[in-house]
Amino acid sequence: MLRVCLKGANSAARKCLCGNGVPLHPLQQCRSYTSGGSGSSAGKIVAASVLTMGGGVGGTILYANWDPKFRANVEKSIPYSDQVFGLALGPAAPPPVINKPRKVEPVQISSMSEVWKDSKQPKAKEVQRKAEQPDAEGPPAPAPQETLEEASAQVAQILSAIGEVPSVPAPGTHEAEAVPPPAALKGVPAAAAKCTECEHEPAVKERPEGEVAARLAEQDKAEQDLLTSLSSNLEDALGSTAKVTLQAIGAQEAALQAIAQHTRQLREAMEAEAPPDKKSTQWRVLEDALSERSRSVDEAGAAVLKAKAELDKLRGVIDGAKHLKIAAARPSILAAEENLHSMVVDLDSVVTRVQTAQSEAKIVSQYSELVNEAKAQFQKELNSITPEIQANWKGLRKLTQDDLNSLIAHAHRRIDQLNRELAEQRVREQIHIDSALEQQKLEDKKALEVAISTALEHNREQMRLEQEKKVEETREVMEAEMRTQLRRQAAAHTDHLRDVLKVQEQELRSEAEEILNSSLMEKETEYRRLTQDQLDSFTLDMNAAYARLKGMEEAIDSHVIAEEEARKAHQLWLSVEALNYTLKTAALNDPTEPLEGAVQAIKESCAEDEFAQALATALPSESLSRGVYSEASLRARFYTIRQLARRVALIDETRNSLYQYFLSYLQAMLLFEKAQEAPPAKLSAEDLDTFKLLSYAAYSLEHGDLELAAKLVNQLKGESRRVAQDWLKEARLTLETKQVVSLLSAYANAVGLGTTMAP
Amino acid sequence: MAEEQGRKWDRCLADSAVKLATGLGVGIVFSVLFFKRRTWPVVFGLGVGLGMGYSNCQQDFRSPYLLHGHMVKEQ
Repeated sequence: MLRVCLKGANSAARKCLCGNGVPLHPLQQCRSYTSGGSGSSAGKIVAASVLTMGGGVGGTILYANWDPKFRANVEKSIPYSDQVFGLALGPAAPPPVINKPRKVEPVQISSMSEVWKDSKQPKAKEVQRKAEQPDAEGPPAPAPQETLEEASAQVAQILSAIGEVPSVPAPGTHEAEAVPPPAALKGVPAAAAKCTECEHEPAVKERPEGEVAARLAEQDKAEQDLLTSLSSNLEDALGSTAKVTLQAIGAQEAALQAIAQHTRQLREAMEAEAPPDKKSTQWRVLEDALSERSRSVDEAGAAVLKAKAELDKLRGVIDGAKHLKIAAARPSILAAEENLHSMVVDLDSVVTRVQTAQSEAKIVSQYSELVNEAKAQFQKELNSITPEIQANWKGLRKLTQDDLNSLIAHAHRRIDQLNRELAEQRVREQIHIDSALEQQKLEDKKALEVAISTALEHNREQMRLEQEKKVEETREVMEAEMRTQLRRQAAAHTDHLRDVLKVQEQELRSEAEEILNSSLMEKETEYRRLTQDQLDSFTLDMNAAYARLKGMEEAIDSHVIAEEEARKAHQLWLSVEALNYTLKTAALNDPTEPLEGAVQAIKESCAEDEFAQALATALPSESLSRGVYSEASLRARFYTIRQLARRVALIDETRNSLYQYFLSYLQAMLLFEKAQEAPPAKLSAEDLDTFKLLSYAAYSLEHGDLELAAKLVNQLKGESRRVAQDWLKEARLTLETKQVVSLLSAYANAVGLGTTMAP
Repeated sequence: MAEEQGRKWDRCLADSAVKLATGLGVGIVFSVLFFKRRTWPVVFGLGVGLGMGYSNCQQDFRSPYLLHGHMVKEQ
């Protein structure tokens, strides 16, 4: 836009200039003729351009105010716009973006550090806890061991206690006799254990199993002996008492029978009215029966006494057996006691039966006496009234009416008397009955008491026996259980011992193995070391000898090699000399002979030498096939080349018409340069002129420096260069060959020198 | 290479001479035949000959510097 404006301004200016044709103050005159035709359009144009320019500038300023990047771009591109912007807008605000991340980062870092601190604290706590835990684990770890030891001690104690239990009851019984049996039985094991603990607390040692078994066996045997004796005693006593008791019971039964018979007979006698003779017989029989009864009763009483004595003896024996406190005898004791009890009961029952029978008999006898008395009385009365009447009622038919009436009156009188007596008797009866009742009550009470006491005694005895039986049963059960538990414990103990032993065995075995292995390994390493030392010394000697041998061989070989090398070097040198010689065979204008033969000879002579081979192959092929020119010939040729190059000095790619050729020839004719000029160390730009170069080259050639001459000739340009190309190529060839040959000869010399040093 | 200049010159001169002569001859012929023995066709012919010879000579001398471009058709 600016350019357009400028163009517009320029065109306007030109138009002004053209229009006026006066070069002085063109713009002023243009401005003064604004009202003029040509001036007005110019003025319009100028105004328009000024307006557009102002608008452009204002627009850029406004946009720069809004967009700082655009402002920076404009400031960069347009030189003084930054000052304009500074005037118009003020200095540009520096970029505010950078600080915030920096402010943010420190905050974050601090928070991170806090986080690390926080994390470190729990870590420290954890570490502490972990440190504590091993300590806590430490004490529990020894604790199980302690409990194990305690358990083993306890087991030992229990074992010893088991061993000593049978022996302890003896002192126990002496100490505590008054203790009731079940409590004593239960208290004994505990007491025994306590006793054993008390005795063995200072030194708890487990008796060896054999001893324990022996003691147990002894104790068992003693027990058995006691038991057998006891049982035999009991049996004897039981037998005797049983016999006696049976006898007593039998006697009692006999007594009972006798009494019963007697009473029966008595009753019969009373009931039945037999004729006197029969009555007398009856009475006699009765008397016999009575005597029988009394005898049997006495016998029974004696037998009962004997039985009671025997029972007491048996009781004493049982008590003695009980006092011995042998567990195995309990059932027999109990059985004996039961027998005793049953016998006592039977005896008592029989005795009571006998007593009842006796009382009945008494009653019956009393009744019979009474009846007899009454009968006698009646008879007496009857006799008193009717003496003639016999005591036979059957003879009543012979009686007269008076007799009958007197009898009836007597009877009536008797009846009245009897009624009166009855009434009296009734009254007295009441009293008598009362007194008798009382007496009877008393007696009943006494009998009841006695019966109660006996029954109580029997019951008590029964219960005691039952209790004892139950105790015995429970004891047996407990014993069995204890035995099983002890057995279990023993089994557990043996298992535990077995396990512990196994573990110990393992440990010991592993230890022993370890020790064995370590010692074995030590010995082995020792052995190996020794063998290794031997081997090493031997190897050392061998190596030394071998090395010497090798040295000698190598020396010889090296001699051989050195001689070989010397030979080769000599050969190489000879061949290189031949090559050199061939180089010198160049005629003035002809090349040398082809170098191929010599090079072949070189190649043959140094077939293994890579350097020489490389060098030999580095020779340019043309030198091999055609030969190279000598330096002299090249020098001679150079002059013709120089002439030619001078003549075409101006010709190059751009200028190569015939006219240029003509000019160039003219130049060569007219320009005179030094025939030979020393070339400077460095070529400057003006030295690159053809003529100068040629003079430098001539100089260097004359002074034998073909290389420099070739370099200088190489600097020619254009047609001169093309003309000199041939010569240059030849010069290159020669230089190359010479270089290679000189390298080869130097190498041959070096090799020869090297080889001659060896011996 | 050095002899090439000489050879070129030789060729050039020979060619120019031939051209000149040919031009002369053609000029004479034309002059005689068509242009009523005026001199200008001869001169013209000579000039043509000379010019052709010159041109050839120049071409010969320039030949090393000529670049031959190839049109590569885009396919």
